Amino acid sequence: MDVFAPLQWLADWITFDLIGLTADSRLGSALAFFLYDVPKILILLSVIVFLVAIVRSFFPPEKTRKYLSHSREYVGNVLAALLGVVTPFCSCSAVPLFIGFVESGVPLGVTFSFLIASPMVNEVALILLFGMFGWEIAALYLVSGLTVAIVGGIVMGRLGLEDQIEDYVRQIRMGEAEVPTMTWPERLSYARGYVGDIVKKVWPYIVVGIAIGGFMHGYIPADALAHIAGPTNPFAVPVAVLMGIPLYSNAAGVIPLVSVLTEKGVAMGTVLAFMMAVTALSLPESIILRKVMKPKLIAIYAAVGFVTITATGYLFNWAIPALGR
Amino acid sequence: MVIKVLGSGCANCQRLEAVAREAVARLGIDAEVEKVTDFADIMSYGIMTTPALVVDEQVKLAGRVPSVDDVVKILSAAQP
Repeated sequence: MDVFAPLQWLADWITFDLIGLTADSRLGSALAFFLYDVPKILILLSVIVFLVAIVRSFFPPEKTRKYLSHSREYVGNVLAALLGVVTPFCSCSAVPLFIGFVESGVPLGVTFSFLIASPMVNEVALILLFGMFGWEIAALYLVSGLTVAIVGGIVMGRLGLEDQIEDYVRQIRMGEAEVPTMTWPERLSYARGYVGDIVKKVWPYIVVGIAIGGFMHGYIPADALAHIAGPTNPFAVPVAVLMGIPLYSNAAGVIPLVSVLTEKGVAMGTVLAFMMAVTALSLPESIILRKVMKPKLIAIYAAVGFVTITATGYLFNWAIPALGR
Repeated sequence: MVIKVLGSGCANCQRLEAVAREAVARLGIDAEVEKVTDFADIMSYGIMTTPALVVDEQVKLAGRVPSVDDVVKILSAAQP
C-alpha cells in the first residue's frame, strides 16, 4: 500500500490530462517525475524532521559532553560516533562544541569521531535512504558512516595533533550553568521551528535536485553513466569524493540526485561516497573550524575523511553486488 | 533586566536577537538586549550550542531559536 498514491495520481493528472503530454514523451515523463517527487520528498522530510527533533530535544550537547569527558580510545570513539547521530547542532555551533569538548578533557580523536558522525550520519539521510532504497541500503549507510567516524577519529587521535589546536582554545574556561530541561510544549515548538528551518534551507536543493533528476529521468537512457561511473571504473569513487568536498548541502538535498544517478548506472557505493563527502567534508565548515584549528589539522582532517570515505565507497561497490542488489 | 544573546553572529543568533527584542517590546518592560560574540565569554556560561538566551546571568535556553511567545513566557517568569 503506497501512501503516496494520491500524489502519483495528481502528478499524472496534471501532466497527461491538464497539460496533455503523453506518458511516453520525454517531457511528459520528466514532468510527471518532478511533480510526484517534489511534494513526496517534502512531505516525507517534514514528518521525519519533526519526529527527529522531538528525539533530539532529549540529547542536548551539554549532556553528551559529560558522557564523553575523559573517555578512552575505542570505547570513547564508538560512543562519540553514536552520540553524534542524535545530538543536534548547526554548523555555527561547531566552534563552541569543539572548545567545550577540548575543555572538558574529551580526547581529540574522540572529538573528531563526534564531528564526523554528526553531519554525515543524520537521521534525515537514513530515513530518506530507507524510503527510496529499502532498509539494506539505509543500514549499510548507518554502519559504514559510523565506521568512518570511529576509524577516522581513532586515526586522528593516534597522530598526536594536540599542538595543532589554536592556543587560545585551551585558555577558555567553561562555566557550570545548567541549561534548563525543555518542557513538552517547548519540545513541540522546537520541533515545529526545526522543520521550518530545515525545509526552508533544503527546498531549493530538493527542487533543483529533482529537476535535474527529472530531466535525466526523461532524457538520458538508463545505464548511460554505467560505462563512466559504473562498478568497473576504479577511479569513479575517489573522483566522486573529490567532487563532493567543495559542494555543501544537507543530506536531504543530495538524496534526490542519488536516486537518479544510481538509476542511470552509477554504482551505489560511488554515489553514497559522493553523498558522504558532500555532507561530512565541506569548505564552509572548514572555514568555521579554522577559528579553533591550525591549517595543518584541517588538512589532515580532510585527508583522513577523503581516505576513509573512499574506502567505504569501494566497500559498498564490492558488497552491494554481493548482497544481490 | 539584562538580556544577553550569546552567539558568534550566525543567522540563528541574529534571529534570536530579533525575537528577544520583539518579546521585550510586547511585554513593554524595561530591559536591555546585549549581544555576546566572544567565544571565551560565550563558553563562560557553560553552554556549547548557540544561540543561547541569558536573562540576568541565568541561561534560559541554548541551541535553538524559540518563538516570541516562548521568550515572552521566559521573561515574564524571570521578572521580579
